[in-house]
Amino acid sequence: MSTNGTPLLELEDVHTYYGTIEAIKGISLQVREGEVVTLIGANGAGKSTTLRSIQGINRPKRGRILFNGKDIVGHPPHEIVRLGISQSPEGRRLFPRMTVLENLEMGAFQRRDRSGVHQDVERVFGLFPRLAERRSQKAGTLSGGEQQMCAMGRALMARPKLLLLDEPSMGLAPVLVERIFEIVTEINSQGTTILLVEQNALMALDVATRGYVLETGVVALTDDATALRSNERVRKAYLGLT
Amino acid sequence: MLAALPRFSQQVNRVLTWVVVALFLIWIVGNILSAPEQFISVLLLGISLGAIYALVALGYTLVYGIIELINFAHGDVFMLGTMVTITVANGWLGLDGSQAWYVTTPLVLVTLLAAMAFCGGLNVAVERVAYRPLRNAPKLAPLITAIGMSFLLQNVGAAIWGFNERPLTATGDSIFPADTLFSIGGVPYRAKSLIVVLITIPVLLALVYLVRNTKPGKAMRAVAQDMDASRMMGIDVDRTIAFTFALGGALAGAAGLLFVMFQTSTRFDLGFQLGLYAFTAAVLGGIGNLTGAALGALLIGLIQAFNEGLSWHTPGSDWTESIIFAILILVLVFRPQGLLGEATADRA
Ligand SMILES: Nc1ncnc2c1ncn2[C@@H]1O[C@H](COP(=O)(O)OP(=O)(O)OP(=O)(O)O)[C@@H](O)[C@H]1O
Ligand SMILES: [Mg+2]
Repeated sequence: MSTNGTPLLELEDVHTYYGTIEAIKGISLQVREGEVVTLIGANGAGKSTTLRSIQGINRPKRGRILFNGKDIVGHPPHEIVRLGISQSPEGRRLFPRMTVLENLEMGAFQRRDRSGVHQDVERVFGLFPRLAERRSQKAGTLSGGEQQMCAMGRALMARPKLLLLDEPSMGLAPVLVERIFEIVTEINSQGTTILLVEQNALMALDVATRGYVLETGVVALTDDATALRSNERVRKAYLGLT
Repeated sequence: MLAALPRFSQQVNRVLTWVVVALFLIWIVGNILSAPEQFISVLLLGISLGAIYALVALGYTLVYGIIELINFAHGDVFMLGTMVTITVANGWLGLDGSQAWYVTTPLVLVTLLAAMAFCGGLNVAVERVAYRPLRNAPKLAPLITAIGMSFLLQNVGAAIWGFNERPLTATGDSIFPADTLFSIGGVPYRAKSLIVVLITIPVLLALVYLVRNTKPGKAMRAVAQDMDASRMMGIDVDRTIAFTFALGGALAGAAGLLFVMFQTSTRFDLGFQLGLYAFTAAVLGGIGNLTGAALGALLIGLIQAFNEGLSWHTPGSDWTESIIFAILILVLVFRPQGLLGEATADRA
């Protein structure tokens, strides 16, 4: 999908704490409409915290988060979902004692358009045929890969303008990892802007337009995805290449 | 040797469980044989008691299911429900059992709504001021607050309605018709016992429907399973928790009305004892499990009725509290997940 340049999401000097621990220390980033932007970095760099701050789960102590030009810091998560941001969280976090279909319906909790929700269930089943077969199965009994698909599908059910994906490839077999990234591209081409957190930097930079490298709570580097892929430091630290 | 130990203690558990169950069955059968008619009338009484306990037990289980808090103040919310019932039905509406059924019925329903609304609102307020600020504190903090809240509500009850036993009506009659529907072995089965059951059953069914099939019910189940994920789905977690307290409180209000119509009196400290019984019922059924709470309550109601009404080798009413405490302890030690609880069971 082509980008038209308006920033859909803009973080300005965001600081978020867990108690007295400052997990992110002044992050600024932009996601423009239509882009896939990736956030890469080592364990504990603050990637998940960044997504949780955007979603309103953790409230930043300082800084602004503009969505469509409006500061959403301090808004409760359910309002942020309504504004058009949803997420597939780290570790999937499905509702284990609900079925696949019920999980998808929970993703559409804020929506009132029944027929649209129904259409989107079919759309998710189109993206992930495996889920269609397992629609009545309890989510807690799905395989890891199926759970990941269900978590992504559930996030799509909110019909977000901005989709936050936290390590969608974690723990999956290589073939499935490729499939997940194909689907990321597909979702994006259908019109959803994506902010993608990944450990798998190689794949992430493949599907992304731009990337940010996080190190211990700050943005160490940002560039076009192609430029980052050939960047010496990124190659050494995150791509395992020399 | 070491590896064999847990299995050995498991077997001891199983044997002990069977011994307890066998003794209980022998006692029941002995009573049935020695006085069958008495047994049936006591059984019917136990069902009515169990129905009331079920409504209270569900309040414990709903709240525990969603925020893992044992709401010790719940029994006292129920107690205030009995008090409000007296004030509204007898004090304001002037019901005293002498009116015709077509006057009594609508006014009792009005009282029921008032008691449910009062207790629901009160429970929401308790959550708002006492538990919500401690949502992220260590588990012990809200637990202690809940105990404090229990004392506070008891004192409020005593301050408004006094320390003495409060009769429902000046004559000591019930407002529900006390007509005898039939007699078994000279013991009458009264209309009020039946009405208690007839009001409880639709309330329970409505609750199950609500939790299983409505949007707020699904939100409750989601929040119970994963609070943060629920937030990410756009569920207003605070509102969902408040809704749960409203629901639990409303059930306690209904129980309050039924209790005071059934027993015809109440007291400011009733919530402690009855709360304990209902809590035991919830634990017995598997805390967090709705069906379990109703089943556990039925069992506790029956056990109390048996103990207080049967005569063959029966400890008697002085022992009811100890027996129920003993059940609580035994369940916690030997089957903490309760009768219906399983680690993976769907709680709704
Ligand atoms: N609930 C929490 N309480 C305290 N500290 C936390 C909590 N969650 C995260 N942190 C800390 O905040 C920092 C950033 O964590 P975060 O989860 O955002 O990292 P991440 O980049 O997503 O790491 P990973 O790649 O391992 O998922 C870490 O130092 C972590 O220890
Ligand atoms: Mg993370």
